[in-house]
Amino acid sequence: MAYHDWDVSNRVRNYFRNFFVDATQEHRLRVSLFITCYNDTLFPDTGKAVVQVLERLGHTVVFPAGQTCCGQMHWNTGYQEEALPLLARFVSQFKDAEAVVIPSSSCVAMMREHYLKMAEKIGDKQLIADVEDLLPRVWEFSEFLTKKLGLTDVGAYFPHRVTYHASCHGLRSLGLGDGPVTLLRSVKGIQLVEIKNLEQCCGFGGTFAVKNAEVSSAMLGEKVQAILNTQAELCTACDNSCLMHIEGALHRQRTGVKTLHLAEVLAGTESGAR
Amino acid sequence: MSLITFDPARVPTFQVAAKSLLGDTQMRKNVRHATDVIQGKRKIVVDEMPDWQQLRESGRQIKEHTLKHLDHYLQQFEENCTKAGGVVHWARDAAEARAIVIDLVKQSGSNEVIKIKSMTTEEIGLNKGLEAVGVHAYETDLAELIIQMGNDLPSHIVVPALHKNRQQIREIFKREMNLPNLGDKPADLAEAARTFLREKFLRVKTGVSGANFLIAETGGVCVTESEGNGRMCLTLPETLITIAGVEKVIPRYQDLEVFLQLLPRSATGERMNPYNSIWTGVHPTDGPRSFHIVLMDNARTKILADDEARQTLACIRCGACQNICPVYRQTGGHAYGSVYAGPIGAILTPQLQEMHSGQSLPYASSLCGACYEVCPVKINIPEVLIHLRHKVVEQDTQGFGALNPEALAMKAMAMLFTSERRFRAAQRMGRMAERPLVNKAGWVTWLPGLLGGWTQVRDLHEMPRQTFREWFEQRGATDGK
Repeated sequence: MAYHDWDVSNRVRNYFRNFFVDATQEHRLRVSLFITCYNDTLFPDTGKAVVQVLERLGHTVVFPAGQTCCGQMHWNTGYQEEALPLLARFVSQFKDAEAVVIPSSSCVAMMREHYLKMAEKIGDKQLIADVEDLLPRVWEFSEFLTKKLGLTDVGAYFPHRVTYHASCHGLRSLGLGDGPVTLLRSVKGIQLVEIKNLEQCCGFGGTFAVKNAEVSSAMLGEKVQAILNTQAELCTACDNSCLMHIEGALHRQRTGVKTLHLAEVLAGTESGAR
Repeated sequence: MSLITFDPARVPTFQVAAKSLLGDTQMRKNVRHATDVIQGKRKIVVDEMPDWQQLRESGRQIKEHTLKHLDHYLQQFEENCTKAGGVVHWARDAAEARAIVIDLVKQSGSNEVIKIKSMTTEEIGLNKGLEAVGVHAYETDLAELIIQMGNDLPSHIVVPALHKNRQQIREIFKREMNLPNLGDKPADLAEAARTFLREKFLRVKTGVSGANFLIAETGGVCVTESEGNGRMCLTLPETLITIAGVEKVIPRYQDLEVFLQLLPRSATGERMNPYNSIWTGVHPTDGPRSFHIVLMDNARTKILADDEARQTLACIRCGACQNICPVYRQTGGHAYGSVYAGPIGAILTPQLQEMHSGQSLPYASSLCGACYEVCPVKINIPEVLIHLRHKVVEQDTQGFGALNPEALAMKAMAMLFTSERRFRAAQRMGRMAERPLVNKAGWVTWLPGLLGGWTQVRDLHEMPRQTFREWFEQRGATDGK
């Protein structure tokens, strides 16, 4: 991953690609945003950035107000009964959505890997049908841009040295591949530097970080060192959960290196400095 | 000589064991180095295979099919093995398996056995059982010999002494083989082991082995290995006793085509194992004169009965999940308190112990999924981990257990998430409750109770003044639905 210059051919190519994709979709999308419980509470700026990017691309963003949490923490920690109502809640809030966008690969992974099984556990035929119907319309933020909209360039400007952390759920459960990196490469002014052991877990793992704090810290130590070795000003990813964990150590160690969700990098423009 | 075993009733939880093992920097360096080397080799020989994903899928399907019809294939194996002159014994559990083997060794008239590396015999603590009745077992696999002589425990399925480096191994050999001038080159160490073992191969009349595959259609048994010690143990003794878990059976000889590609490439990064031995019963002019095989259940049928956990039994013991696991690579294998360490150990051990112990193991994972990605038979280990976590929670919340702090916190969170009004109130309350913990720069550097683990090495930024939903509503764009 080297520095990728912004050139005219790139601009032209992207113009036509955007034109083509838009034309085939016939209309601008009405995107329902599932912000996730922790982004809502701890990372509102990520949500704002998602709205900015999507609106800049001409889409409308709606926010179903009854949304709360996807149930991942309960389900993955073993509290299945507590997670089940949250599935039903998500479905009732989003079943009529044209597209659901979620700025968190782990929450999307939770839905794709477990929601059908959960609906089967509940045993409600209508719910099972609704889940099957809804899931194909659920997108992680970066894959919505790259796969649903077919974009690589969202017209962002971000003049900083950045490294990208491939979160496990995005990488392995969603198969994001180099989608997020392609988006970053098209950002004007960015200097993208690759991290060693890109595919290694940062050690967050939800309640793992608390239940096995020492092991989690040791894993985090490796990730932080790899980030520092890139001499990046900041680390980005598609999951604020990993980033909160990484940021915690970067701040504790007074490294001066920051973390920022991919959406916030992509929201940067030349007029509105971020 | 090593007679220690992991005692499920006495091993500490993973959390406790890991915490102390993380202080062993030499061990961690050794584990890191060894797993890096194996992973590097594996990557080369896996990437060169154009049909690796199809092979994995074939392996998964063969195992799934076999497990669905396990009764049929086991009976077929028994019938064909018996026809070929083998004697089949059935063992319900570890104690029964040990008793059968001890009895067979005694009948063979030997008070010594030579052993091929076998995780199943480790699982049942066979060496200790034999020693108790005056039979000495010699481990002949180099790594197992190191473990035995070092009075140590295995830390890896394939490379049990992976936590030791060459200098440490030299010290063990110097002491136990009385070789004061031993060098630490691989050739020196191998030569010392060879000299030590050769005499045992030629003298000891009874051999004990595990099995990689049992072939139902022929009654044959397959063992793969790298050092040739296995070939010695399988051919030189007069009596050969093999112990295998019931899940080791595969339907056809032809199925080996799939597994003998998947296993060596995943396990040691070799295209083929240097030694692949397949024997069927006994032969009048060659090899052991009597052959016994003990087919052991030891909770495997319990796993078989569990739809969501059944895939655990597909494991071919390659250890690839251990090498790639970021948790295992930090702690080494001993933290798991079982001969089966790493991701596969985290799902296999508690199930083999019927969830009576090992409850901390399903939590010894960040659910990163690297194990699933690397598994040659596509065992979805994270899925099974989550399934087992549910079982642990069911146990922990029985009766007064429902009042444990974690369960109460989870219940409370669930209450908040099932109501928009309560969730909003909690967000506001959280901001207030957090205030005393936030420093002037806007960071939380200490958290109480269960959350204290977080702030051991991490800070937490304070909660923003406004939630996203508050911002969105203020913006005047909320769509009611």
